[in-house]
This record gives sequence, C-alpha cells and structure tokens, in this order.
Amino acid sequence: MGLRFGLIVNPVAGLGGRVGLKGSDGEALQERARQLGAQPEAHVRAGQVLRELAPHAARFELLTYPSEMGERPARDAGLIPTVIGAIRDGHTTGRDTQRAAAELRDSGVDLLLFAGGDGTARDVCDAVGTTVPCLGIPAGVKIHSAVYAISTRRCAEAAMRVLDGRVRSYREAEVMDIDEDAVRAGRVSAALYGYLKVPNESGLVQSLKSGGQTGEEAALASIARAVVEQMTDDRLYIVGPGTTPRAVMTALGLPKTLLGVDVVRNRELVASDVSERQLLDLLGREGAPGAQIVVTVIGGQGYVFGRGNQQLSPAVIRAVGTDHITVIAARTKLAALEGRPLLVDTGDQQLDRELAGYARVIIAKGESMMVKLAP
Amino acid sequence: MATVKVRRNFQQARWDEPIIYDMSVPGVRGILPPPVERAVVDRVGDVVGELGSMLRRELPNLPEVSQKHVLMHWIHLSQETMGANLTNDISEGTCTMKYNPRVNEDLVGEPDFADLHPHQDDDTVQGILQIYHAFEQMLKEVSGMDRFTLQPSGGNHAVFTAASIARAYHAARGEGDQRDETITTIFSHPCDAAAPATAGYKIITLPPDENGIPDLDALRAAVSNRTAAIFMTNPEDVGIFNPRVDEFVRIVHEAGGLAFYDQANANAFLGVARAKESGFDMCHFNVHKTFSTPHASGGPATGAFGCIEALAKYLPTPTVEFDGTRYFLDHDRPETIGKVKDFYGNANNVLRAYAWTMMLGADGLREVADISVLNNNYLEKKLLTVPGLTSAYQGNGIRRQEQVRYSWQTLKDDTGIGTDEVNRRLIDFGIASYWTSHHPWIIPEPMTLEPCETYSVEDLDEYYEALSQVSEESYRDPDFVKEAPYASSSHRRNDEAALDDPKRWAMTWRAYKRKQEV
Repeated sequence: MGLRFGLIVNPVAGLGGRVGLKGSDGEALQERARQLGAQPEAHVRAGQVLRELAPHAARFELLTYPSEMGERPARDAGLIPTVIGAIRDGHTTGRDTQRAAAELRDSGVDLLLFAGGDGTARDVCDAVGTTVPCLGIPAGVKIHSAVYAISTRRCAEAAMRVLDGRVRSYREAEVMDIDEDAVRAGRVSAALYGYLKVPNESGLVQSLKSGGQTGEEAALASIARAVVEQMTDDRLYIVGPGTTPRAVMTALGLPKTLLGVDVVRNRELVASDVSERQLLDLLGREGAPGAQIVVTVIGGQGYVFGRGNQQLSPAVIRAVGTDHITVIAARTKLAALEGRPLLVDTGDQQLDRELAGYARVIIAKGESMMVKLAP
Repeated sequence: MATVKVRRNFQQARWDEPIIYDMSVPGVRGILPPPVERAVVDRVGDVVGELGSMLRRELPNLPEVSQKHVLMHWIHLSQETMGANLTNDISEGTCTMKYNPRVNEDLVGEPDFADLHPHQDDDTVQGILQIYHAFEQMLKEVSGMDRFTLQPSGGNHAVFTAASIARAYHAARGEGDQRDETITTIFSHPCDAAAPATAGYKIITLPPDENGIPDLDALRAAVSNRTAAIFMTNPEDVGIFNPRVDEFVRIVHEAGGLAFYDQANANAFLGVARAKESGFDMCHFNVHKTFSTPHASGGPATGAFGCIEALAKYLPTPTVEFDGTRYFLDHDRPETIGKVKDFYGNANNVLRAYAWTMMLGADGLREVADISVLNNNYLEKKLLTVPGLTSAYQGNGIRRQEQVRYSWQTLKDDTGIGTDEVNRRLIDFGIASYWTSHHPWIIPEPMTLEPCETYSVEDLDEYYEALSQVSEESYRDPDFVKEAPYASSSHRRNDEAALDDPKRWAMTWRAYKRKQEV
C-alpha cells in the first residue's frame, strides 16, 4: 500500500446548473433546484475519476466521508474506501465539507480530491489552506477557481501522476469567491478568496501547458527583482493581491496580505490590507504624483482589475493614473490565456475603455510582454 | 515510385553505457610516448624546465582508459545515437536538418586545408582567404546586405554580434544609455530575446494576432525612444511568413531603432526574398541550417552575420579584404566591436558552405526554397487528414512556408494521448523524436516538422504513414500508446523530476561532481 488519497464529494454541487439557477449555494436554492427536476451531478463526476483509478487500487488507500459524501461513489466504482467521520445523509452543508477536509488532512492523505464547484473549493480552503495537496473534480455550476482539473479524465491523469511519483512540483492556485446573487442579477462580482496547493501539471483550469517549465518560484523571484529595482524613493507603491505581488513584498522583506492590498514607500510598509477609502485618503494626503499600482492577472481568466481587487476602485486608479500601472505575471500564466486578452471590469466603463489597449506585462527581470487588454 | 517504407521491426540499440570517467582505471594509459632520444635532448635542452611558472602543478582530471576501450565506448555511443544520418529527421522542426554532402567532408579532410594554421602569413593562405571572400560575396547577393563576417561560431553568436553592433551604433550617436530595449516576437527564435539580453538589453516580446502573425498594434505600443532594435525571425517557428514585415521595420526605424532579421533558416526564401528589400539593417544565416554544413551536436558552427554599409565599421576584426591582386586580413578597423571569436571563426564550415553553394549555383539556391516549401505543403496536406491532428492557426488562409507547427490537442481531448505520448511511440519506427515547441507552449500539444529540400517523397510518405498509425492506435488502444516505446530497451527516465531540477543535472562531469558534493 503506497499513497493515501482523500475524497470529498459535495453531493449538492452542480444542482442548479442544468435548471439555470447559476449556482447551488444554500438549502433554499437547492430545494428549488430539486423542484425544477435537477439531478445531482457530483457523484457522477467523482465516479468518472474513481473508475479510472480503480484498476490501481492495490497501490493506494482511499479515505473518505460516509455515504453520499464519498463512500457511495467509491463503492460504485469498485473501490473499498476507509470511511471516517459522520454526516446527516441528505442534509450535508459546507460545514461537513470543512470538517471532512480537515479530518482527511489530519489522517495524512497525500492528495485530497474534492468534487464540487467554487463553494466547495472555498470550504476546502477554509479548512486546510495550503497545508495539503488538493485537486478539484469539476462538478459545480460555475468554476472560476483555478484549483479544478478541466475534465474528470485530466483529474484522474493528475492523480495517477501523483501515484506514480511523477508530479514535479505543486503551486498555489486561486480560489475565487463569486457572489451568486449578483450573478443571478446579471452582475459578476468576484473576489480572490484564497489559495489551495495543487499539482503543477498541465491540464488544470489555469493550465501551464508546458510540462518542462520549472521554477515557478524562480520566475516570481525574477519578476519581483524587476519591480523592486524600478522602485523610486518617496513614491507610493500600491501592491495588489496574489502570489505574484507577494513575491515583490518578499523581495522587500515585507509581509504581504495575500488577499488584500498593501502600500509601500521607500521599501517600507505604509499600510496593510487597505480599503478603497484608506487608499484614497493616502493618495489625497500624500499626493498621487508618481504613485504606482502593482497588480497581477487573477486566475485563469485574465482579469487585471475587477476580480479579487475591488479595493483598486475606479477612483483609486484615476487618482494614480492609468499610465502608472505595472502588471506582473509569469509567462506561463500569460501562455495559459491562449491568446485571450487581459480583462478589466472596474465598474466604470469609461475607465475600462481608457485602460484598454496593450499592457506591457513584466514577465521576468529585464523581460516584458505586450498583451492586449480588453474592457 | 518506391513503395512507402515504414520500419516496422526497428529496434534501437540502447543500454546503460557508462560515462567514460566511470571506465577510468588508475594507471591505465592509451598512449605511452617513448622517451625522448638522447640526440634530441642534447640539441633542444630542458624544454619542460623552461616552461617555468607555465607548467601546471596538478595533473588534469582525465579518464585513464586504454585505446581499445575508448574506441568501444565511442562506437557504443554512436550506435545508441538516433543521429541525422540514420533517421528520417523531418522531426527536427525549427532545427532545419538537411543532408551534409559527404564530398564536403572529404574536402575539409584534405591536408591542404586541414593542416593550415591560423598564425600563417596571409600570403601563404590565399586559397582559404579567397573562399572567405567569395562566400561573403554570395551571402551579400542572397541577402542584399553590404558586408558579412564569418567569425561568429553559431547562430546565437551571430545574433549576439548583432546586439553588440546595435549597442556600438547607438553609443556612437550618444544614445547608448537611453536605448536599452530590444523587441522580438514570441514565435521568433528564442536567441532573438536571449542574445540581446546577454548583451545587456531589456526585452519586450510581441504576441501573435489571431492569424498567428506578429501583432502590429502591439509593436506600435512597444516602440519608444528607448528602442534599440527589433530582432525578428520570418517566417516564424509556426511556419507563417509575416507579410507586413516591411511595416515592422518602418515603425522601428521611425522610432530610431535598428532592424535585425534572423534568417538562420532561409530555406523558405533563398532567391525569393531578401533582407535588404524589407528594409533590414542586419541579418544572419546559420550555415548549418541553410548552407548544409553539419549540425555537429551543437557545433562547431558558423553564424554568418551581415549588415548595411553604415554599420560595417563596427564589424568584428579582422575582415577579409581583396586589393585586386591579393587577399588579406584587415585588423585596422578603429570602430570595431572587437573580436567575437579566436582567429577567423570555423573555416571548415566556410569551406563546406562555399562548396555547397558553388555546386548549386544561383538557380539551385532558388530550387532549394521551392522544394522546401513544396515538400512542407505536401506533408501538411497529408498530415491534416490524420485524425486528432490540427495545425496552429489552421484555416487562416495563409500558405505555410518551410515548416508547420501542428497540435495534437484534439487527439488528447479524444483519447488522452498527447504530444509526448505520440513522440514516444514514433521512435518505434526508427524515426527521431520530433521537436514539440519552444517554451512556453503557446500552441497546445505541439509538434513542429520541417521537411526541407533534402527529403524525397518516400521520406514524406514514411512520416505520414508512421504518424497515421500512431493516431489510429491512439483511438483504438490508448493504453498501448501510453506504454510506448517498445523498440527501445530503456525508454523512460527513472526520475522525471531530475531533469527539471538544476541542482541535479549538469552539462559537464566536473559540474556534476561539484553539484553532488554540495
């Protein structure tokens, strides 16, 4: 017996999709979905992955939660799982997902597979953060998070690579928080929620597509050096959320609010995790001239503004000036866009149009790439 | 016409041949030189003693192996090699493999040439200087440039020479510090970014537009008074010729920059299009890509670098000149960037390339381009009927030139078999692993093939047949393809991660030992 795989199935994930509800968060909505004739999807998707792993069952132990949260799809796929925990069958919630994730992590799983959508990813993220390798089996209505495989087949393939000891490295991938009510009202409102540690393999949502590329850390460190070397004394640097901007702060020896915006001047921290109001106060008091915004591309979709960094509001961007924005991203992240443009959705259409054109994205020390930016 | 020959019972020779240092036995010698005769010692004295401080104190760390074992080792390595001369190397897209005529190997082995010494007086080496001079005239004609140097010892080295000359040019105009950026395109050869970066420039890379052609608007957004030059390949690695190339040059010139044309591989346009007419200031050829000299596993090579008259004063010294009666080396060039290589570059390649060009003549060079493009389009048309295979920017209405970047993404979606698996199965047919793409992969699951003028229709059909079979197998029995190759006895790296970890691999034995110690 070699590795241990953990499995969590969110039995209600994906319930709302086929009936046009754009999500399944909350019991009321799930009930409405069932009334509309929705069928649960997650156990089907999980089963597709498990059946591909089943022929190799002798080489791993599968740990999971009871009944619909993993045990049943595992047995249906011909696997004999080790079952831990307890649930109220048919009435599970996000809390069950959180408990399962924490307990599976504590049981020493080498890879935690979870079937669901963005909400499931948030629950897993709350429970385990980046303490254990994870990979999502796509089953939710909407998947904006970069922690899911693009298909169940690719998920099984990645799990097999873990089993064979062929995963070269892991990376931190974005978990997004999408406001389902806003989406149903026709507005997209997204925040960067956190990160999970996923195998650094091609074929995930934010596909790296280039098996031989190494050194995500080295790439980020190189970008960070480029940014730090360009810093000018007495100017404000507004550093957006994400792992790439975190590398900049690390290079400065400063702490970073991973999901928030920090402000730096003269290589020292001026303020941490600031709100739009605090930013406007700072810019107003200190004078905007020379201030610079440093942001990265969020997730696999290419957003520079309007997803996960709403603190950098139209008013903040205007106060800094549209020509004082530094976009940083590893070249693999840009390649994963497959020619799609970078996106901005600041909420101010006039500003979005002003930002459109070409961004000169810093991809390494001394290297940049021109990337089309669309409103 | 011959029938298609696919080598179905191919078996590659492969085993764990030890590294020669592992074969070393202390005290073993390949050659035991006889003691120096008394009469000689009396005549020349204590030669070793006269070396004084030049005498090395420690013995070099050389393997101690007998002649017989060296010979065995060498032949074993050659048997394991899927080299250019024993495989259908259409595989090596972007490398531009072509036949190296054997007669040229005989030429460079002739004592009249092989025994020349670079310290000989010009008057005693008029023959090779004449060949340098004559080959330069040919390159001038083919490119439209005004001067060439044959000193750089490879393509990247020629691009580095171009970057150094750009720096000298801007420095002379008082803009050396201000113009610190060069521009390239993402499908250009990677050296068009790497060589200027090594020369100290910051690099801006342009993406392709929706048709796979470098984005002109992105160039407009990139140029400024900091632009030193653009370094671009055309046709690029995806095989698409940029029809707006003159517009690119014009925009860079208007910004005050220079334009360098990477025509390492000129197979698509020899005798058809020239750097000069597109407005370029500099260009280079890899003579191993375009003029048939051996790739030689990474050298020794020759990168022929050319430029317009206004830049000729910066060329490396010496240049080869002719005063009407004799050829001579001109070392007196005050504004030169200096030497980029010892002596005069790799003269053996210059001789081979000159011989090849003389054998073909001007019409023959044009024919090389015609057949290269024809071969490529024949193969493309056949391959695009293979299930699961598409090409980059397929259907953009632009005819491909001398190579095509294909994509197995459809096969991967349909069967789980991607380009790495296809590649491993292909070698079961005695065909060298193909080149996928430079990184990062812009085109998913890529494969780049380049059937230049060397290949016969039977070679093209063999390649098509082999890939067709791999595709068919992938749809019928993907697990069979995943386990390939079968005709090679040790076919996977034991530790896949090792090659990605710079702490664990090394290019030389000494570096390897050093890393092991750390």
